[in-house]
Amino acid sequence: GAGGGNDIQWCFSQVKGAVDDDVAEADIISTVEFNHSGELLATGDKGGRVVIFQQEQENKTQSHSRGEYNVYSTFQSHEPEFDYLKSLEIEEKINKIRWLPQKNAAQFLLSTNDKTIKLWKISERDKRPEGYNLKEEDGRYRDPTTVTTLRVPVFRPMDLMVEASPRRIFANAHTYHINSISINSDYETYLSADDLRINLWHLEITDRSFNIVDIKPANMEELTEVITAAEFHPNSCNTFVYSSSKGTIRLCDMRASALCDRHSKLFEEPEDPSNRSFFSEIISSISDVKFSHSGRYMMTRDYLSVKIWDLNMENRPVETYQVHEYLRSKLCSLYENDCIFDKFECCWNGSDIVMTGSYNNFFRMFDRNTKRDITLEASRENNKPRTVLKPRKVCASGKRKKDEISVDSLDFNKKILHTAWHPKENIIAVATTNNLYIFQDKMN
Amino acid sequence: MAAPLGTAARADDTGDEKQDAQEKEAVAPERAEEAKLKAKYPNLGQRPGGSDFLMKRLQKGQKYFDSGDYNMAKAKMKNKQLPSTGPDKNLVTGDHIPTPQDLPQRKSSLVTSKLAG
Repeated sequence: GAGGGNDIQWCFSQVKGAVDDDVAEADIISTVEFNHSGELLATGDKGGRVVIFQQEQENKTQSHSRGEYNVYSTFQSHEPEFDYLKSLEIEEKINKIRWLPQKNAAQFLLSTNDKTIKLWKISERDKRPEGYNLKEEDGRYRDPTTVTTLRVPVFRPMDLMVEASPRRIFANAHTYHINSISINSDYETYLSADDLRINLWHLEITDRSFNIVDIKPANMEELTEVITAAEFHPNSCNTFVYSSSKGTIRLCDMRASALCDRHSKLFEEPEDPSNRSFFSEIISSISDVKFSHSGRYMMTRDYLSVKIWDLNMENRPVETYQVHEYLRSKLCSLYENDCIFDKFECCWNGSDIVMTGSYNNFFRMFDRNTKRDITLEASRENNKPRTVLKPRKVCASGKRKKDEISVDSLDFNKKILHTAWHPKENIIAVATTNNLYIFQDKMN
Repeated sequence: MAAPLGTAARADDTGDEKQDAQEKEAVAPERAEEAKLKAKYPNLGQRPGGSDFLMKRLQKGQKYFDSGDYNMAKAKMKNKQLPSTGPDKNLVTGDHIPTPQDLPQRKSSLVTSKLAG
């Protein structure tokens, strides 16, 4: 596990959400995302709701901890719908949230369910006009004939109100289920990806969308792979990548053609065909792809591992980290209980450390420089702030040491699918089924 | 409550350092798991676990009542109790009859998220 020196020592900071074990479907967290400054942290859930937390200003006297995150705004982003024409039930679950960089006083984010993307404006109101001539303070209109003097209305302070309003609704562009949205580095356009197609939008224009990738075969019987995730390059506004259910990543350049069906680069690790099993394709399916902050590397997450790819090398990843290799001998059961289809996400700390979730409310971090890794647990039992979290270890086989947990004791209903790392500081947000944990490194 | 698991297939520990042997070592538990699965579900698709689950993924959310399916299934069952849908690994329709209990309640949450509580 991680030792001393420059290794981060993680401590519990906060936990949000209900304590009881009986989880309502709507409370299942489906996405977690920090904004560009890290001041705001958004979550989306299966009930279509968004909750935004704001980090409080650093308290000068409390130098040992960074500000806490408190509720800033909460709103219903999406509602359940039924498409009667296609007999299709559309879930309100928020699949992804992506923040726009802040341009003025208001904050903007994109949230999406399976079919519709919405641009939300979150703005603060801390003053209101008072002293109208024709209106009473309670809103009733005054009889103009009773007005004897005129006054100039002024703004007076009021209790802070945070309002969320939908500014754009981007609908009717996806036949299949949206899995990703990604804002371009030009901050004017963004892409949305479903199982078979990727569309390019302009943030100001809702009645038009350009299809840039289409992998739907003419005959659906010939379908062999689907798009699982997509992301724009952080610096090159013409470049994006998309991953597939077969474990490949394609990099496309929008300057090459209007329809990017021919990739510029294809990233794929060669596989020995004699090693194939029934499970090979399923566990190779990439559930998440993320560029490093520099844009030089990208990380992919498949069922058992995290892989780091150098954009300059297509034929294999530069690094592979095993998240929970001990599950390879459990694939039959994991197929039967559908866990093998769980979609884990992954995230970067700059370009050095990567983090991803696992089962039993464990999450893992891999340091690319030191090659050390650590397993931690998000649990209310580790509730003491400023106490360093104890590393966990899973015993794959043989004699179980004290403090180790055996594979058969892991709780597969406790999955950490969504994690996020503050863009600037060592603060992480980890979502269990219905709780949000915030951990910080031990300062000083 | 933890999701149940079967017993582990013991991975061979040969101590062999050749690359090939190590790779086969890594896959041996996978093959053992595959054999277990095929023993339980002999009718599992001939193709590797690919297209079947892809089609299932694309059809997520599809809810329909087909009177043809209903009558076929009813005819199969003759006078027996009507079966309800259960989780199944293939997509063949006409073998089961959806019942009102299987359709989930569809209304939006009017309750504030507990994260904001």
